[in-house]
Order: sequence, then structure tokens, then C-alpha cells
Amino acid sequence: MKEKISSILNEALKAVAAASTLESLDAARVKYLGKKGDLTAILKGMGALTPDERKEVGLLANEARSKIEEEISSHHQQLTKILLEQKLLSESIDVTMPGKSFPTGKKHPLNQVLEEIKEIFLGMGFDMVEGPEVELDYYNFEALNIPKDHPARDTQDTFYISDNVVLRTQTSPVQIRTMEQRKPPIRIIAPGMVYRSDAVDATHSPVFHQIEGLVVDKNVTMSDLKGTLDDFAKRLYGEDTITRFRPHHFPFTEPSAEMDIQCFTCKGEGCRLCKGEGWIEILGCGMVHPKVLETCKIDPEEYSGFAFGLGLERIAMRRFNIDDMRLIYENDKRFLKQF
Amino acid sequence: MDLSMRWLNDYVDIKGIEDRQFAEDVTMSGSKVERISHEADTIRGVVVGKVLSIENHPNADSLVVCSVDIGCENLTIVTGAKNLKVGDKVPVAVNKSVVAGGKEIVTSSLRGVESQGMFCSLAELGLTVNDFPYAEENGIFVIEEDCRLGQDIHDAIGLNDTIVEFEITSNRPDCLSVLGLAREVAATYDLPFAPPSPKVESEEGDINELLKVEVKNSELCRRYVARAVRDVKVGPSPRWLRERLRASGVRPINNIVDITNFVMLEYCQPMHAFDIDNVKGRRIVVRNANEGETITTLDDIERKLSPEMLVIADEEKASAVAGVMGGKDSGINENTTTVIFESANFLGSSVRKTAQKLGIRTESSGRFEKGLDSRVCQEAVNRACQLVEMLKIGKVVGGLIDVDNDVHEKKRIPLNYEWINSFLGIELTADEMKSILRKLDFTIDKDDVIPPSFRIDINHKADVAEEIARFYGYNKIPATPVKGACCGTVTRRQHLEKVADEAMLSQGLYEICTYTFISPKLLDKALVPSDSPSRNFVKILNPLGEETSVMRTTAIPSMLSTLSLNYNNRNSEAALYELAKEYVPNKSADELPNEKTALVIGMYGDDIDYYRLKGVVEAFLDSFAITDWDVEPVHNNPTFHPRRCAEFMVNGETIGILGEVHPTAAGNFGIEGRVYIARLDFDRCCLLSKWGEKTYRSMPKFPASARDLALLCDEDMPVLRLEKAIKSAVGEILEEISLFDIYRGEQIPKGKKSMAFSLKLRSADHTLNEEELSSAMKKAVDKAISMGCQLRA
Repeated sequence: MKEKISSILNEALKAVAAASTLESLDAARVKYLGKKGDLTAILKGMGALTPDERKEVGLLANEARSKIEEEISSHHQQLTKILLEQKLLSESIDVTMPGKSFPTGKKHPLNQVLEEIKEIFLGMGFDMVEGPEVELDYYNFEALNIPKDHPARDTQDTFYISDNVVLRTQTSPVQIRTMEQRKPPIRIIAPGMVYRSDAVDATHSPVFHQIEGLVVDKNVTMSDLKGTLDDFAKRLYGEDTITRFRPHHFPFTEPSAEMDIQCFTCKGEGCRLCKGEGWIEILGCGMVHPKVLETCKIDPEEYSGFAFGLGLERIAMRRFNIDDMRLIYENDKRFLKQF
Repeated sequence: MDLSMRWLNDYVDIKGIEDRQFAEDVTMSGSKVERISHEADTIRGVVVGKVLSIENHPNADSLVVCSVDIGCENLTIVTGAKNLKVGDKVPVAVNKSVVAGGKEIVTSSLRGVESQGMFCSLAELGLTVNDFPYAEENGIFVIEEDCRLGQDIHDAIGLNDTIVEFEITSNRPDCLSVLGLAREVAATYDLPFAPPSPKVESEEGDINELLKVEVKNSELCRRYVARAVRDVKVGPSPRWLRERLRASGVRPINNIVDITNFVMLEYCQPMHAFDIDNVKGRRIVVRNANEGETITTLDDIERKLSPEMLVIADEEKASAVAGVMGGKDSGINENTTTVIFESANFLGSSVRKTAQKLGIRTESSGRFEKGLDSRVCQEAVNRACQLVEMLKIGKVVGGLIDVDNDVHEKKRIPLNYEWINSFLGIELTADEMKSILRKLDFTIDKDDVIPPSFRIDINHKADVAEEIARFYGYNKIPATPVKGACCGTVTRRQHLEKVADEAMLSQGLYEICTYTFISPKLLDKALVPSDSPSRNFVKILNPLGEETSVMRTTAIPSMLSTLSLNYNNRNSEAALYELAKEYVPNKSADELPNEKTALVIGMYGDDIDYYRLKGVVEAFLDSFAITDWDVEPVHNNPTFHPRRCAEFMVNGETIGILGEVHPTAAGNFGIEGRVYIARLDFDRCCLLSKWGEKTYRSMPKFPASARDLALLCDEDMPVLRLEKAIKSAVGEILEEISLFDIYRGEQIPKGKKSMAFSLKLRSADHTLNEEELSSAMKKAVDKAISMGCQLRA
């Protein structure tokens, strides 16, 4: 009996080890451990034995059974693993084929750059405000210290709606509207469309965008202006940006300046990109003219401020290397897709 | 303003400063250099030669063979020129040289004789006979200058000036002059500035016996100064004068005219010279032009004048348009003997308008229109007389006529050092500031500063601060961050714009940016009825053209134009959006219009249909948390397809329209396929938006039961209406109703359609039992039947 058990055990272990499919493994289980299996038959035939023998054989048979079960289970695990591997290997695909995506849209390149600039100023504590595009002469010119006879008011530069209403030629009127509505401290930017009577060509458009900025508070100095705008330039163009402030003239700021950044390509030596100047003009700025503050009923003895304005198109065109302004307003999808 | 460096050096010695450095330095002190160029810098390899011999050409009667000494060697040159003789000094373009216009000269054989270069005419040096009046215009330039053989032609004839082009801002007309710029340059480098001091050495007689001047409009002519010169010998100017004019871009004419131009360039005081014999009655009248009056100006064009224009006239007729251009008949000619120099001050805005209306812009009008200082008039006229004496071309008549109606008010500005320091963020001493201001000819009088009269831009202490800042150096001012903490805020509206952008982008739409002014004809193309309120535009009085003449009242035409551009550029599909400004006029043009924003969506392409467009609109409304909307069919909007157009409503109010564009309208925009457009009142949507009010509702705890419902309805029964009705009839336990099939076919009668809905029913607090479900379905069916539907088995 003992020999029989031992031979069943050996036979069973061999059969389990030989099983190469889950089906043959299961067949082995049935053959040895099933209701009509060989080992089960031994257990069933134990009635004829003495109690002592029964005890001994029972122990041996149970040992053999658990050994076989163990072997089946471990072999089952192994087989499953191998089979899974085989299946996966058979499922090869060309991983280089184009992916599928649900195409999302894109913002207009101008607004992409505007968004970036807004974020920078927002982070510097500027609020965003807006003003009308169809604007009173008073806000567009007079309150900005541009008198009645100033050439900027010529009909060849400005679109008129009536004697007193124009399409704003700059975002600067928002400065006045803001100072009328808010009390210092004021820190705002005002992006928007502006209009000038320029015929359309590669570098001109009768419609374009500006971003105006204004800071008014006690003790605002020209060095604050420089610090703020230098910081802005570094955030927009990178930490290693070098700026310079060049004297200029605007009727509503005094002193006035233009901020240039050093050309990235030639590092100030002069190249084709910067038209030999070594510098690229970025924005106009200056200390708010005390007369302008007075016009807005802000006491220039107590408060001072600075203002700046930048042209969005030029910045976007440089950013994306766009060489023709007309593309910006044509909105050909092949153009819009590129940004 | 083109500045001759040679001329600049007459007043401030800046030799030895390299061009690029000069440009940088003066730009940073406020005079922006646009460009630096050198005269005739394209000409290379042209030297002075002397003709040694002239012999006939063996093979050509019209040519001669010359031997010419160019200092280091003798060359053989073949020429067809007829004006040469042995001993003449001439410009020789040697082998591999370049003459004006970039033409290269090389040794070449002319009819069998080798020519080792070419003799140059004035034109080949980029010059005219005005530059060298003694030269023959059509022959070789025979040089009469003092020069060496072999010397480079630039140096030999003074064609070697450096020209600096400045961008002068409108507040600094004083810098439209050599002296003005010289003053700035001297201050920049802290160098001595030596302006001329105009003095007349000897004068005879009295101008008042020659001429009377009457100024009838003292507002437009604030000052009129005149001096006379007798026994004038009109002829060419000396080389130094011609050179300075040429480098400044002014053509030399004759000594008298050249003097007026020289003084204008030097002082920024335009001048005019008359021949007194052309002044009828010897009386100059400065008056407004008469109605219908005409004048033939120097450029030989007859011009119609109008009464707001100021003219210089004699007893009979106008002889010059004040400050703009002289008349043809009044000018100087070779027979002139007595000259009147006019040095006047005309009102800038009047000169500007006159020049504009006549369509002429001259050196003179360009300066006057900036607004000049009338105090320069006398000095300028004296300078002209001084030049007459220097050139020995006439005798200055004694005295001057000066009709001065200007109020020469001296501006005094308190000099507040502390304020300037704190305004600029610097720390300069009072002495340092004074020293800067003195360099610029400001007078310091105790605690006040008196700017020189030509500085029309200095009126306020901030203007004085700018002068300090410029010459202290903008770039020496420290850069400090703005003081005080402040937090940037975004308004709800600005945030909603971002939400809308995101909704559109996630739907695959591209943003566009279009012109806000359009042609009113675009509304015709879009089939907008002629009596529509959108025809009432904000009109531009002076548009660039009809195409951009009105501010749009609807952005639909802009979208259609953009779709058309894409369609015609063969983009197979496009889906675009714009947050577009629209302008609704107020009662009068003097009142500002209402500027509204519309969300305009446009699309075409194979996969695009009405429902795609509607899906985008729904996605937008969902992003805005606007849920309680309704859709009503629209049959009578001419822009749209009569059966494929609808309005979105909220609380009975229209918030937008969408649909397929009427094929006629699409065709008018050059699109043949189907196009879809939506326009939503974005301002209204912002007000209705419940964005930001969303709150979490817990996930349902009890299972939902699904039921289907198939209904036979009239063809024109809108799904939305049926859904809404069933929903309200069943009540809250109907969580969702959605259409999953529409069928029209054999078993369905004509004019009917079968619609299959799936209903999801759920209670928040228990599992619905069969009885509740049946009762709910009965309510749904009853409602449908009450609306004329039949239940399908």
C-alpha cells in the first residue's frame, strides 16, 4: 500500500510537471485527485486495513495529496504566466503609427501673447481694466495734454466719428478714465484695440492692439518705473534680458522714455534682426505728467506715477517670427494652426 | 533731420569720437540717431588724375586716347568726351573701381585700344552741376579744386562728409537745426559750444526808404522781420557752403537762395528772399488769401488759395504762401540787384493746415508747423546779412523792419531740487543740477530757472526734471521695484471670457481676430433687411475706404468673410470663434455708442452640420452653468436657412441665434457648401451665468430604473418640447430623458415620425417599486398623448 502511494505520488508529480496546458494540468488533477482518481481510490480502500495501518496509510496518502495539490497550484501559476506572456507577444502593434486625439482649438496668436503679458502684470499686482474703443476726444487727446492743434489729431492720423468722438488712437485714455474712477494707489493694465489711419501693408494696420499700464501712488519715482519695466522685460524675455531707457517724448508723460532690449542675436553689436542698432524697441513709458494728474483731480504734490504702453502686434510678430502683419487679421486656418 | 558732421564741427569739436559711439551717446542724451552714412560711400577707387596727352584713336573718329598721371603711375584711358585738354585734372575711375549707381569699371578694350579705366562726369560721382557750378554738365568733370594727383576723389573734392540722420520728437523743433543739435552734442560731451554771433560790419542807407511792411493778421503772423541787400551779385556759392547744403539734403541753387537755406538749417528759422523789383508798390502785405485767389508757386504749379490761408503779398497779388512756398515770379534771378530777406514767424497750426490743403510739404512748412520761437527772427536775418558780407556779394542796407506782435514772456520755473530728486529717484546736489541746466543755456535766477526762449517744450518743473534726467543719464537712475504690496485682481467678467475661451478651444475651435470696422455692403451680402436696426451704424467720417467705413453692429459678416477666406484658400474645413466687439450707436454721434460683445461661432466642412454647431453652443452654455435654456425654431431670419435656424432663450429672452446660413448669403460670400453660424449675446450670458455657484450633490444611493418610450408624433413636433413636457409631468424622479432613435419609414404614416426615448428613473431615498415606475410611465404617456402623440407598441 505504501509503495502504491509512493508510486502514485511520483507518477502524479511527473504528470503535473509534464502538463504544458491548463487543460492537461486539470486532467492530471482529475486523474490523481478527482473523485475517481487514483489517490482517492486508495483512501476509499482503507476500510480493509487495521486501525494502525489505516492511520499510517492515511497520513501518507494525505501527505501525497497535499504535495500533489501544491505542485499543481504552483505549476498552474507558472503556466498562467507563460500563457499570458505568449498572448501578449502575439498582440504586437506598430507603436509608431499616428496617435488618435480629439483635436482642441487654438487661441489667436495675439491673444496667446496677450495672455502671457497679462499673467506677468497680474503677478506684479496690476488689475486689468478696459475702456471704450469709440472714445471722446477729451479722453483720447485733451486730458492727455494733447492740445487742439496737435498734429496727432489730424484727420490723416485719427478716425473721427464726430467732432468730439474718435476711434481711440491709443489705450492711454483708459489712464484718464481709471484716475477719474479710482483713488490711488492705482496699479492697472488696460489692453485693447486702437485705431490709426494707416493703410494696410506688411507692417501697418489701421487696427492694432496696445497694452497700457499705469501706476499712481505716493512717492512713485522714475527708478520705480525702471525697476518695474525691467522686471517685466526679464519675465517676458528671460532673466538675462538687458534693457535700456532712451529719452523720448510723449505729451502725457514727463520725463518720457522708450525701453529697448538688447538684441539677443548680436548682443548689442548690431545685426540684421535689430537693423544694425543692437537694440530692439519694446515700449514707450514715462512719469505721468503732473498736468495730467491735475486734470484727473489727483494732487501732483502728493502723488506721482508712471505709465507705459506697448504694441502687442510687434511683440507677437517678433515672438513668432511673423513677417507680415496682414496675416494676423486674415485668420487663415493654416496660419492659426501654427501657434 | 540730416546733420552734416562737418558743419557740426564748426560749432563743437567732436573730431576723434567714433561714429557708432557718437550715435549711442547722443541717442542716450535724447537726440535719437536713426542712421549714420557717409557721402558717396558706394564710390570706390576713383582718384584725381592729370591729362598728359590726348591722341586720336587709331580705329574710331569719335574716340580719343589719353595718357593720364594718377600720381603713382600713368594710365591709358580711351574716352569719347570732348571737353578735355592737356593739363586738366579729372576724376579717374581705375581698374576695378565702382562709380555712382554701383557700376563697376574694369580695364577693357575699346575698338582695339586697352582703356585702363574711365574718366568720370559729375553724374558718375552722384553729383549735379549745382554741386560744382563751374563743371560742364554733360562732359567730364574737370576739377578746379586744390588737390593732389592720385588723391581719393572723396577727399579731393570734399565729398567726404558724414551724415547723421536724427529722429527729432515733436516737442523739440529747436533741434531741427544744426545749432540746436550742436548745443545738445556739446552738453552731452561737456564740450565748449561756439555758435556764430551774427553781426553786420557795415551798412548803408535805410530799409524803410525801400520797403513798407504791413501785417494784417497778427495772429497768424506773430513777427515779420526784413532786411535788404543792395548791389547783389547773384552767382554760385563757395564750396564750403555748397558742401554743407548738399550733406543736409538741400540742393545748392545760387548764393542768395543758398544763404536762406543755410540759415534755416542753422537756426531752424525758415527764410525767404524776394527781389524788390517784384514787389509792386514796394509794399509787403501779410494777409489772408482772397476768395478765389491763385498763385503759381516755385514748382511751377498754379494753386488755388482759400481765405484761411496766409499769404505774403504786394499791392497787387500774393507772392508767397506764408511759411510754405514762394511764388514763381517773386524769386531771385541772375538779374536781381536788391534782395529782401524775410525772417518771419507764422502760426504752426495754420502753416500745417495750409500745407496739407495744398498738398505740399517743404523744409520750411515742416519746421513752422512744429511751432517756432519768434525771437530767433532777428538773429537769423542778421546771420543772412553777415553771410552776404562774408561772401562779398552785396551791400547790406541799414536798419531792419520788425513787425513784432508776439508777447515775449519769460517763463520762470521754481527750481525745486528735492522734488526733482524724489521724482526721479536720484540724489543730485543743487550745483550738479544747475551745471546741467547751464550747459543747455538755461538761466538760473536765485531759486528759479529761466529756459531759453527756443525751448518751447519747457513749461513745468517736470520738464526741468527731464533735462536733469537726460544729462545725468537715464541709465544711471537706479531700478527699484514698486513699493507697497498690491494684489492684482481679475474681474468676474474677465474670468468668464477665459471660461468661454476654454469651452471653445475644447470643442476644437480656433480663435480669430477681425477688423471691427466693415463695409455696410457686407450686411447686404448677409441678406440683412434694409430696415433692420443693425443698419444703424456708428459711421467713420474719414474712413480709409468704403470697406472699413462703419463700426460693425453685428460680427456675423466678419465671421462669414473669414470663413470665405478659408474656403477660398481651400481649407477643407474650419471651425472658428471670436469674442467680437459690436457697436450700437446712441441717439447722436456725439454720444459714445454701446460697445457690446458677441460670441460668434462659424464652421463648415464634411463632418459639420447644424447639430455640431448646436453642440458647441450647448457646451458653451454648460461651461457658463446656464442650464435653463430653451430653443425655438426661427423661420424668418433672412440670413439663415428657413428650416435650420433657432434661437436660444433663457427666461423668455433671446440670448442668441444659430443655424445654417442661407445658401444665397453663403454664395454672396463666395461659399458654395453649407456654412453654420451662431451669434450669442455674450454680455447677457455673463449676467445669466451661474458659474461659480455650482455645488456638489452626493452620488445617488439607490439604483435607477430604465424604461423606454416609443412615441408616434407629428413631423414638426420638437424633441426638446416633448422632453421638457414629459419631464415636468413625471416630476423629480425622472432623472434623465434622452432621445435614442428617430424613425420614419414603412410602418410610419406620412407626416409622422417615431421617436424612441430612454428614461432613467430614480428616487433619492428609496428603490422605486414597480407600482411607482408604472405610475411614472403612465404620467409620461398621458402627457405625450395630450400633446398629440400616440404610444407605439
